[in-house]
Amino acid sequence: MALRPEHELHQRRKGRNVGVGLLLVSFIVLVFALTFVKVTRGDFELPNAQTGANG
Amino acid sequence: MTDATHITRDYEPTMGDYFALLKPRVMSLVVFTAFVGLLAAPVSLHPVEAFASILFIAIGAGASGALNMWWDADIDAVMRRTVKRPIPSGRVAPGEALALGVGLSGLSVVMLALAANLMAAALLAFTIFFYAVVYSMWLKRSTPQNIVIGGAAGAFPPMIGWVCATGSIGIEAWLMFALIFMWTPPHFWALALFMRSDYDDAKVPMLTVTHGRRATRNHILGYTVLLFILAIGTAFTSVGGLVYLTCAAVLNSMFLIGAVRIWQRDEDASEADNFAAERRFFKLSLLYLFLHFGAILFEAAMKPFGLGGWGWL
Repeated sequence: MALRPEHELHQRRKGRNVGVGLLLVSFIVLVFALTFVKVTRGDFELPNAQTGANG
Repeated sequence: MTDATHITRDYEPTMGDYFALLKPRVMSLVVFTAFVGLLAAPVSLHPVEAFASILFIAIGAGASGALNMWWDADIDAVMRRTVKRPIPSGRVAPGEALALGVGLSGLSVVMLALAANLMAAALLAFTIFFYAVVYSMWLKRSTPQNIVIGGAAGAFPPMIGWVCATGSIGIEAWLMFALIFMWTPPHFWALALFMRSDYDDAKVPMLTVTHGRRATRNHILGYTVLLFILAIGTAFTSVGGLVYLTCAAVLNSMFLIGAVRIWQRDEDASEADNFAAERRFFKLSLLYLFLHFGAILFEAAMKPFGLGGWGWL
């Protein structure tokens, strides 16, 4: 069997790979946005011991 | 065999097949009711947190759907309504559904804890456990009250939405839970009355089979009366208001009339018109739930403008 760079199987799997890729990217964006919101809103506090050591 | 093109099956599942494992139609109902629960709560979340909370509640619900399809593949294969699901139709291997279900369950619970709070995450974990283990694995095939138990699992989303915002379970959260909980039995038993052969073939102990169709009609009426009281009562809590009360009064009267009609009929009358009253009642039940939660959402949406609820009167 001759080697071809693009087998038919690869084409079938491409849709799924792109889908999983997009899901992962959107997950990263969501986690980043959540972190941003939680940190900037001000209810994020360092534990007391740490603030004491720094201040 | 080291050839990368070696495959053991003819069909390669697509994204859509995996998505179908998550029961998208059930998920859309979960999104809607969780959203209402979240917005009706007296505490408001940041939009990003609210979005993430609803998303992970939906994914958790989808995960329990995948676990249910994994466990129930044998009975899905013999029921006309479910035979085209991904596992019985051979598009997705059972092991993949199990992996997806377990993986997404873990992800959704952890992420909900981070996005909202631990209480909401614990409730979501309990809901998944309840639906996948208590309902699907244990009670669905062993008791004719399976629908009632399954209804409890479906009733959790608005409560989780509420807890995401407030961090605790209030009376209103319990009432929204109860609304879906009491609505589910009449909704499904009406379906069982006119989709007769399906559950018989699958040997699922539906009330229609174990206690007869007369008993099912009585049960539909019983639950509808309780639902009537509950739905009207909800109008006088902080999630209710004039619009909700009007909506509930009209819908519950229609629903009760429909249930009485089903109760009065016998099998001969139903077969004569091909279960017209039962089918109408089932369709009304879909509208019933949608409009009740729509009205709660409306009351919540009007509050920033000084309207909604009872405070403005």
